[in-house]
Amino acid sequence: MLLTITYNGKKTQELGYLLHKNPDRAQQFDLSFGKAYVFYPEVTDSKTTAALLLDIDPLDLARGKVGSRDRGLFDYVNDRPYASTSFLSTAIVRIFGTAMNGRCDKRQGLADSALDLTAVLYSLRDNGDTELARELFEPLGYTVNTSRSQLDEQFPEWGDSPYIDLTISGKVRLADLLNHIYVLIPVFDKQKHYYIDEDEIQKLLKHGEGWLSEHPSIEKITRRYFYSRRSYARKALDVLLADDAENTDIPEDDSEKEIRTPLNTQRLEAVKNAVIASGASSVIDLGCGECRLTSLLLAEPTIKNITACDVSVNVLEKAAQRLHLDRMNPHKKAKLTLMQASLTYRDQRFEGFDCACVVEVIEHIEPMRIPAFERSVFEFASPKTVIITTPNREYNQNYEHMEENSLRHSDHRFEWTRAEFKEWTEHICNKFGYSCVISGIGDIDEKLGTPTQMGVFTKNE
Amino acid sequence: MNKYIIDIPEFSLVTLIGASSSGKTTFAHKHFKHTEILSSDFFRGMVSDNENDQSVSSDAFDLLHYAANKRLDNMRLTVIDATNIQQSARKQIISIAKEQNVHAVAIVLDLPENMIQERNKNRPDRGLPKRVISQHCIEVRHSIKKLKREGFRFIYVINSPDQLENTEIIRSKLWNDKKDEHGPFDIISDIHGCGDELEMLLQKLGYAKTNGIYSHPDGRKAAFLGDFCDRGNRNSDVLRIVMDMVKNGNAIAVPGNHDVKLLKYLNGKNITASNGLDVTIAEIEAMDDDFKNEARQFLDSLVSHYVLDDGRLVIAHAGIKEDYIGRGSGRVREFCLYGDTTGETDSFGLPVRLDWASDYRGKATVVYGHTACKDVRSQNNTFCIDTGCVFGGKLTAFRYPEREIVSVDALKQYYEPVKPLEDDIDTDMGDMLTVGDFNHKLHIETELMPSIGIHENNAAAALETMSRFAADPHWLIYLPPTMSPCETSSLDGFLEHPLEAFEYYRSNGIKNVVCEKKHMGSRAVVILCRNSNTALKRFGITDGTRGIIYTRTGRRFFNETETEKQLLDRLDNVLTATNFWDDLNTDWVCLDTELMPWSEKAQGLIRSQYAPTGNAGIGSLSAAAEILGKACGRQNIPFEVAENTSGQNVDLKKIFDRYTAKLSDIKNYIKAYREYCWTVNSIDDYRIAPFHILACEGHVFTEEKHIWHMENIRKYITGVDPIFMETPYICVDTEDEDSVRKGVEWWLSLTADGGEGMVVKPETYTAKQGSKLLQPAVKCRGSEYLRIIYGAEYLEEGHLKRLKVRSLNRKRTLALKEFSLGVESLKRFVRCEPLYRVHECSFGVLAFESEPVDPRL
Repeated sequence: MLLTITYNGKKTQELGYLLHKNPDRAQQFDLSFGKAYVFYPEVTDSKTTAALLLDIDPLDLARGKVGSRDRGLFDYVNDRPYASTSFLSTAIVRIFGTAMNGRCDKRQGLADSALDLTAVLYSLRDNGDTELARELFEPLGYTVNTSRSQLDEQFPEWGDSPYIDLTISGKVRLADLLNHIYVLIPVFDKQKHYYIDEDEIQKLLKHGEGWLSEHPSIEKITRRYFYSRRSYARKALDVLLADDAENTDIPEDDSEKEIRTPLNTQRLEAVKNAVIASGASSVIDLGCGECRLTSLLLAEPTIKNITACDVSVNVLEKAAQRLHLDRMNPHKKAKLTLMQASLTYRDQRFEGFDCACVVEVIEHIEPMRIPAFERSVFEFASPKTVIITTPNREYNQNYEHMEENSLRHSDHRFEWTRAEFKEWTEHICNKFGYSCVISGIGDIDEKLGTPTQMGVFTKNE
Repeated sequence: MNKYIIDIPEFSLVTLIGASSSGKTTFAHKHFKHTEILSSDFFRGMVSDNENDQSVSSDAFDLLHYAANKRLDNMRLTVIDATNIQQSARKQIISIAKEQNVHAVAIVLDLPENMIQERNKNRPDRGLPKRVISQHCIEVRHSIKKLKREGFRFIYVINSPDQLENTEIIRSKLWNDKKDEHGPFDIISDIHGCGDELEMLLQKLGYAKTNGIYSHPDGRKAAFLGDFCDRGNRNSDVLRIVMDMVKNGNAIAVPGNHDVKLLKYLNGKNITASNGLDVTIAEIEAMDDDFKNEARQFLDSLVSHYVLDDGRLVIAHAGIKEDYIGRGSGRVREFCLYGDTTGETDSFGLPVRLDWASDYRGKATVVYGHTACKDVRSQNNTFCIDTGCVFGGKLTAFRYPEREIVSVDALKQYYEPVKPLEDDIDTDMGDMLTVGDFNHKLHIETELMPSIGIHENNAAAALETMSRFAADPHWLIYLPPTMSPCETSSLDGFLEHPLEAFEYYRSNGIKNVVCEKKHMGSRAVVILCRNSNTALKRFGITDGTRGIIYTRTGRRFFNETETEKQLLDRLDNVLTATNFWDDLNTDWVCLDTELMPWSEKAQGLIRSQYAPTGNAGIGSLSAAAEILGKACGRQNIPFEVAENTSGQNVDLKKIFDRYTAKLSDIKNYIKAYREYCWTVNSIDDYRIAPFHILACEGHVFTEEKHIWHMENIRKYITGVDPIFMETPYICVDTEDEDSVRKGVEWWLSLTADGGEGMVVKPETYTAKQGSKLLQPAVKCRGSEYLRIIYGAEYLEEGHLKRLKVRSLNRKRTLALKEFSLGVESLKRFVRCEPLYRVHECSFGVLAFESEPVDPRL
């Protein structure tokens, strides 16, 4: 992990004063995650380069001595010791802290001036987002140059590297340069080596002072800076955009979710209505996930008991938390059963329900296991009504982010076209004695149909 | 005074009835084990710390009844020690007995009141008022005559102190208990008056007539599963043959539904003579009264089912559920006669039957008849042997313990079936696993390890993996075990070294080991059937495929079935060309292999982790080395600095050397992973290296030495088609220094260029020292290869020293358990055990794979 800062001009050796690091001395600093070295590969009157080099112990990383999790955040094989990441930001604050504050008792005038500075960051991960570096640094007045290699030149088919070497140069105060780098490195990586708490908001406000609120990509920067902590991003933006009266609503980052959030609501509403229309008083939610449908159904007075199952114990635990099961009103709780279950095994606990909902589940099942799923639901559980929803593959054309022939979720094993879904429902009806009504959920595209398709199966008398 | 004998079934629910202080507890402890007695006083004490606190009786009895049920679940005789003088109290006991299908026994202590009053007075802890005792005594006397109506099957009343003193309790075996009869048996069901076929079958089985009665020269016994008569043409003959054989001890018999109806007729009851009974009646009416009487007595004596051969075999006409076996009640008898019916009838007017056999999980083999099918139908260790002789099918005998089927075809159709006989399996739907067999704590018995326990949370994890990722469980007859590395090497510059592997086996008494080159690919299990019909019949695969290649976690190797199909076809060509199928007399095979290139399965990992790490490393380390070189060329002046100054002086030359080494490490790392990557453009770019021929029809080859596997793989699989490649190996004598040295040299030559290393195995497939199972294999990975595992710089001195502290115990325990499960599942499959029994083992392996173990081992 390496950062170089070059000062072009006259008496450039004075960079040493600004950094508070003597150009004639190579120094070593002990950090919690390893060592850092500061040295000057080039010192002349017209050009001086300072280098900050991090030496991170990969074993400590892997064994959890560094990083925020007990069992080690990182694998032994990991880019962290090499790529420019939040480790570098932390080192900058530790080693160039005074310079970042813009203080220099011996050369305060120089510290306050915009100088001709160039910084180089090596192996900065932009994951192939070629515009990102420009988008982040050009508005701050830098000339941006990037270079990118192949991931492995021996295997050109693996494509380009997810890293760039980044050179930024401009007329800028050293303190500003350091603050820009400090804030923007983790915006590339979207990952931090330490646990993010609310203090992180203050750090962003401090190091972003005077420039971040003017940055055209302020929302993107803030969001990515906090990555998974969306509430912190919202709080930080509230402060940063305090002048703007508009309410800022942060769009979801994940492209899939972006499409699905409103769709998901529509879907659950449609399924709920179908359940109610079926007249069911007992419902089993097969593949309940975090129990979004189940919570909706719990609020319906006509539904007297609900069993929600999922194959993942972790997901069920999350669902229990989401539902506040531990402090749920006993009357409500009596209606609800949460259990781990698999749809490819016969399960006697599935029997005796009026209605089974299988919402966005079937596409997660291996195709060769679908016959077992069919029997489990239609032959053995055999409720009066079965409601199944699944994506309509044709509609994917409307999603810009999606590559051709790809699926909406990495765990999807298949997605059916409308014709394929219809064919499948007919097969079910013939084999198990059901009738099916198919409908669409979501915005209708005249040619491609709706994003979600729903089949409501009713057992023949 | 004579002994007063109380004869009770050895498994029954005994109710003591008597006034307070009548001596029930003393009586109970005199005649029963203390664990058999459930006393209301004890349970009062348990819930309230006071055995006499009548206010908690309700809670106490709840517990008592609960305990009684648990004992009866486990088929334990149970004695209820409470007054039981109220009908409501006894009613609860009777309802437990009925629910548990166990006989209720009442033992009444109806002793003189003055004696009881005397005892009551002398009880320091609980003297009841005199009138209460009187009331009790009256109630006891009133109870006695009601007991039979209430449902007690056996009732004994003790009237006097003498009788009490001289009582002896005898525990008799249940009528259905013939556990001490070990056969061998020839089990025949549903003769339905087909006398000719019965005699043909008996003769075919080796029975011959002596004095007009069939017997077997080797002492075999016939076991008749009822429905002797109706529909056929020699009904009374069949009865004659069966009755004679049973009377002479050459046969045993249980009744069928037709026999019960015939008995009703013989008892003079009014019945409708349908379903061929009219023919039987006509025949019997032509016989003399002696025959009729004999037949009546014979049929009346039959017991619903028999438990034979130490509980390993159960026979019943229409089958039996696991929890009915060895019990006696009206409900059990109904089940044995009529099977599991819903009470509804189908469109043919036949009763709708429930598939009890699919839920059967008992250890005992159940042989039954009643429902005619074209062939013997076996499911979960149950066998339905009614092959519809009277409908023109055949008459079948099930030979036990051989489990052979012997049949004779019907000479003609004697009776038109209401609906045509069903085929063996519904080819559209195989059998299906039931979640209740797996979603809890499991104990799996294996031949290599007596009982392997699996915790509930691991089972839950396995259920998720199985459901989300695994292939059709019908294919998963084997999952390979995890493999431990050798102990950490004490040699400088090595984390793993073969000397440790040799030493492990030598010190455990294994002289000869085999070293096999470890191909750096992905573990793949290959199952191939000669055709899809074998896949259907033998594996229950209904999608028309005839084989599969799956990963060590049971996931299908190829997403595109076309690649899999082509590889399997190529394998079939090879096996056909080498005459494998005929030589091994099989039409399916299961192979343990390594499939290459690694990049094929690990594509995601390589592109998201291995290659980026190398790429980021080479980029930043080259730059660092260059800049450090430049800086070293400059004059640096170390200043005197205080100890507490934040930055300390550093010798840049040393840092430069350090980064030059890092750069070289990352280059070697990149070289190492590239070794195992190549681009697959066509099917010809794949390589499969088999190293175990695991199993084929009738054989699990875990008894064969590894050399056998290597030689037969060379003979039958490799060398024909370049896809199937050999695994180089050498044998090492761990007690011979020279041989060990050669082994080490071989490993060094394998690993010098980044080879993954080798696997050291004991000469035999399974090896033990005494009763201790040894690791079936340990791996020694090459030094360069390990960079992919422990990171580019792991050989740097400071790192290696720390990495050497690692513990293998957990990994090794898992390896042994998974190995035992793998071998077990193959054996179960080859023995044609039910799907759930095979699946249990694969499920167990996946459960263990959810254990947190250092993934680098």
